[in-house]
Amino acid sequence: MSHSAVIPAAGESSKFEFLERGEHHVANGTLLGFWLYLMSDCLVFAALFATYGVLSQNFAGGPTGADLFDLPLVAINTSFLLFSSITYGFAMLQMQQKKLKGTMIWLAITGVLGSAFLGLELYEFYHLIHQGAGPQRSAFLSSFFTLVGTHGLHVSFGIIWLVTLLVQLKKHGLTTANRRRLFCLSMFWHFLDVVWIGVFTIVYLMGSMS
Amino acid sequence: MSEHHLHSSEHHEEEGPHSSFSGYMIGFMASVILTAIPFWLVMADVLSSRNATVIVILGFALVQILVHMIFFLHMNFHSEGGWNMLSLIFTVVLLFITLAGSLWVMYHMNVNMMPGMMGSS
Repeated sequence: MSHSAVIPAAGESSKFEFLERGEHHVANGTLLGFWLYLMSDCLVFAALFATYGVLSQNFAGGPTGADLFDLPLVAINTSFLLFSSITYGFAMLQMQQKKLKGTMIWLAITGVLGSAFLGLELYEFYHLIHQGAGPQRSAFLSSFFTLVGTHGLHVSFGIIWLVTLLVQLKKHGLTTANRRRLFCLSMFWHFLDVVWIGVFTIVYLMGSMS
Repeated sequence: MSEHHLHSSEHHEEEGPHSSFSGYMIGFMASVILTAIPFWLVMADVLSSRNATVIVILGFALVQILVHMIFFLHMNFHSEGGWNMLSLIFTVVLLFITLAGSLWVMYHMNVNMMPGMMGSS
């Protein structure tokens, strides 16, 4: 805060405090508002999970999850996302210590891991479609591609956001606004990891057993 | 009173939750274990009963989601004056209604639409 350096006259101190607190309400409002967005996003995924749950056995004579899913590949993908979560955590720790370079380095590593996750998922999709197990093959595959694809789309937007934030950090440093953005992206990123826990358990692990 | 106030406003200066290295490491280690065990259970086909495996891996997923919520998303009862937790609880209720309701209704509809049952009635 630039005006925190200004020492107010005794009579004005309450006014300054009011102004400052007003500003903080806006900042905190952003984090709470973003959390509410994540909760509504959670409901989008709930609907997609419910759809998948209802349609997951409707194979229309086509391939089942056990025929299609490559669990070692999913395990590698899961570890990419898990590692990206902890590297984002390290970026946040560097930010707390006001180290711009460290924050940017860990953020970049997070972006690379996220891109690796996305690349592997696109490879899996390509492979499935190439085998004739595209989204139009059966209700099971339609719901599978919708659910996993929506998660992948979220990760893609997360990476775009991350790159944008890297440019912002490079330009303006760890300003209050940028720190707030880092907090929001942190919530978004960890939230996507939470959704992925549901995806790999319900879609991949349970699908491979049938 | 005023000192407390000053402290809280200073805390808000560093907006968002304060995280620690040990917190992230505990969360990460727990997540690795909680991910590895379900994969091992399914890939090595450890449990003979399919239902038992499903229940166990769903349990692991639930615990891991809680670990992520606490150690990565820093959820607690007092952040944002409790509104974070309240909105989360509300979402979980809606989540449960959506998932359980859809599965329940659609399962029964499937059962009632079975061609065999239609013939027998």
